[in-house]
Amino acid sequence: MNVGIGLPNTIPGMDGRLLVEWARRADAGAFSTLAVLDRLAYDSVDPFCALAAAAAVTERVGLATMIAIGPLRNTALLVKQAASVDAVSGGRLTLGLAIGARLDDFETAGVAHGGRGARLSEQLATLRDGDRLGVRRDLRLLVGGSTGPAFARMARYADGYAHNGGPPRAFDRAAAGARAAWSDLGRPGRPLLWGQGYFALGDEDAGAAYLRDYYAFTGPFAERIAAGNLTSARAIKDFVRGYAEAGCDELILFPTVADPAQLDRLAEALA
Amino acid sequence: MRVRIVGAGPAGLQLAILLKKADSAHEVEVVERNAPDATFGWGVVFSEETLGALRDADPETHLQITDTFARWPTVDIRYRGRLLRSRGHAFSAIARRRLLEILQSRARELGVGLRFHAEIEDVAVLAADADLVVGADGVNSLVRRTYGEPLGAHVGPQGCKFAWFGADLVLDAFTFIFKQTDAGLVQVHAYPFDERTSTWIVECPEGTWRRLGFDTMDETESLAACEALFADELAGHRLLTNRSLWTSFMLVRCDSWHHGNVVLLGDAAHTAHFSIGSGTKLAMEDAIALSQAFVRHPGEIERALVDYELERQPVVERFQQAAGESAAYFTRVERYAHMEPMPFAFNLLTRSGRVTHANLAQRDPQFVRVLDAWFHAAGESRPGAVAPPPMFAPWRAGAVELRNRVVRAAAEPERLGELARSGAGLVLAGPVAVTVEGRIAPDTPTLHDDESATAWAERVDEVHAGGAHAAVLLGHAGRRGSTHSRALAADVPLRDGGWPLVAPSPIAYGPRMPAPRALEAGDMAALGDAFAAAARRAAGAGFDVLELDMGHGYLLASFLSPASNRRGDAYGGDLAGRMRFPLEVLEAVRRAWPEDRLLAVRLGVMDGTRRGLQLREGIAIARELAAHGCGLVHVAAGQTVPEAAQADYRRGFLTPLADRVRAEARVPTLVGGYLTTPDEANTILGAGRADLCLLEVPESDLERQVLAAPPEPVAAVALA
Repeated sequence: MNVGIGLPNTIPGMDGRLLVEWARRADAGAFSTLAVLDRLAYDSVDPFCALAAAAAVTERVGLATMIAIGPLRNTALLVKQAASVDAVSGGRLTLGLAIGARLDDFETAGVAHGGRGARLSEQLATLRDGDRLGVRRDLRLLVGGSTGPAFARMARYADGYAHNGGPPRAFDRAAAGARAAWSDLGRPGRPLLWGQGYFALGDEDAGAAYLRDYYAFTGPFAERIAAGNLTSARAIKDFVRGYAEAGCDELILFPTVADPAQLDRLAEALA
Repeated sequence: MRVRIVGAGPAGLQLAILLKKADSAHEVEVVERNAPDATFGWGVVFSEETLGALRDADPETHLQITDTFARWPTVDIRYRGRLLRSRGHAFSAIARRRLLEILQSRARELGVGLRFHAEIEDVAVLAADADLVVGADGVNSLVRRTYGEPLGAHVGPQGCKFAWFGADLVLDAFTFIFKQTDAGLVQVHAYPFDERTSTWIVECPEGTWRRLGFDTMDETESLAACEALFADELAGHRLLTNRSLWTSFMLVRCDSWHHGNVVLLGDAAHTAHFSIGSGTKLAMEDAIALSQAFVRHPGEIERALVDYELERQPVVERFQQAAGESAAYFTRVERYAHMEPMPFAFNLLTRSGRVTHANLAQRDPQFVRVLDAWFHAAGESRPGAVAPPPMFAPWRAGAVELRNRVVRAAAEPERLGELARSGAGLVLAGPVAVTVEGRIAPDTPTLHDDESATAWAERVDEVHAGGAHAAVLLGHAGRRGSTHSRALAADVPLRDGGWPLVAPSPIAYGPRMPAPRALEAGDMAALGDAFAAAARRAAGAGFDVLELDMGHGYLLASFLSPASNRRGDAYGGDLAGRMRFPLEVLEAVRRAWPEDRLLAVRLGVMDGTRRGLQLREGIAIARELAAHGCGLVHVAAGQTVPEAAQADYRRGFLTPLADRVRAEARVPTLVGGYLTTPDEANTILGAGRADLCLLEVPESDLERQVLAAPPEPVAAVALA
């Protein structure tokens, strides 16, 4: 299993230049991937913009959206953006897409919330159709979500599955759903399986406060997500081991504190 | 900490005891609307697991409770005049009233305030005056109803109608009784709980309940009717009532179990159907977890409550899943009433998914030995017989006898020989197209001419050389054709080098897929001929089993579904019309296919959409297929339309469907649905949920380690 790190692009108050420094350090270290989250109605940096900036200052590290909310965006513009980040990074993009969970993002974008699943399928079909908008037909695609239709969409169009976080046993259950759908759709081999988690090594109160705020829309679940933040080297090692045993191919650890020292501490914890 | 607990049931009292024990400075009061000795229902059951947790939490009450316990290791199944006994289980039970006495007295001893006959008027007032308010007030919880919205509470009936009686006889086992009446099957769940009395729950589906007249009887009349119904089993003993009214079990679920400083415990937060006997166990475990959360986070209400939820919710979810399966089993058990006692009993024991062939073999090796021997000998087992587990039993259909029940499948022809050598009884090739235009993608293999048949003959020989039988999935892609290889994606149309599509109606399959041309009568006759010709070539190539593809939205399936078949002629409309062309093709194939070989159909039994093909129609189709010479239904579901709201993917997602098709259409079934272990296959087969299992064996690190060549010759290590 590879371990990647998130860019702090959705942590409020973060200085945009920090993303560039963060990307440089990640590229110099052992992380396999730099990934971004996506939120519109929130103090954050656009995921494709953040990855383009990261592409400019990195050579090696993979770049990924984990995930971007497809149906918030116009299909052609989304495909063009993804193709562009892939081009400027020399083919390092993994595009994770899902339908999104927050109503306010759709309201802010002035886009209908209903029918977003079917629109995502349309976008995925367009991406796979290739060429016309300059996107590689074999661009690596991941799809997230935990419902039957999401698994079917993943298995139909994508190369793998992007899980939305939680303890290893939750990942294990979702991975079984993804594999079941993959085989049902007659895809050869098995889907790539990507997982994610949150960490704060030092400043854990700030990390918890960010998660409570970021997930406030989930009501009572925000507290539980905050309680799941990985705040010690041991917790991180257990989490990584649990995901590896569940068959995860790539695990992304997202920071909850926008301080480059967090990246160094994570590298140390994983060493 | 000032704590107010609403409800003096086992959970509330247990929590009061543990909080007070952990810190005697806590001010804990339990408020109960009823009298101290008022209780409804009879005995409650525990499993061994809970007792350990109870012992660690409070050895004093543990000792008193376990001294009072009725314990037994057996499950008795009374069915069709026979008694089948399974041993090695660990049940214990106690009179609910006695359990409460023990807990009340321990609570008093520790200084917990107990207020009986006290009604709570307003939970919010209580919450304002306490650090913590606990709703341990049962399934009708006032506390939950007060905060129903923020807690995301859902309450609704689950399973059969039931009445909870006592009986003045002492059973020596957890006893299930299945009684056939003119109105339908009625069952009893009974178990002993003290030296004089047993719990005796009678249940049946609502329709049976009405036909038996229970809906209009009062308590005395229904008691008399139940006594008469189970006179043989009661053997002169009487049933006892304690508000034993017929009712429905209420399933309670909450997204969150706490709101501010108010928290729910036990049945107030979640219920699990009584047929897995876990309600009291879960409630008492909740109390233990909640008290421990306050030990870990003293004085931090929010943190402790989140901790409690994080620990308990996943456990409870698993039990609710199992309980839901169990409750559903009892609503449909009548459909299994044709089964022989052995598989019937194993089906019952494995109903919730918690007991499997492998773990029952640990608990009750003799039961599993008898099951395996019975299964292997097709119901003709001899005393003392031993046999391998169900997946290794041969399976016979006409002249075809498979060496075992394991099916492996591959789309790539070059993998078939390897799968045969891996030990499968049947190796399934395909999908294979009957014509070039019927391919899914350019890499879909065909049986459209004699040349392709010759290539297949070599593959079939490889499978036979591996000791397996060979099957071919034969079909036509219909409106899902002319796409890129599945190695890239599914249902992404070819831009160059594609071919025109045909379907019952001119409706495109999914995004960017072209609209197909509607078939005309002449096309359909030609397609029937193409299927028959391909079947003859498959026979010539040596295939033992032909599986005709009527699943996953391909051509024949798209005739069956109202979502893709909008024809106004004789080949559309009602189910008979939509079945017409698939049945004509089946008939044509049957005439072309050797009589002594197996003809199977892959059937999509439901679409998973509100307006699409429903399961009851799928079962009706399966019945019709069997009448037309189909000897095996390979159960599939979905993909008829790309966005199916009810799509469901998890381990074994097709098993419940195969089970219903087999029980209701009475046709042998083959089931896949991401089954990866021998245990899953043995459990499904032994319980009669399917006849053959398609296994998908994932790659294993261990195999790679075993097979890896040593990097260097192993040299003897010299000891100094």
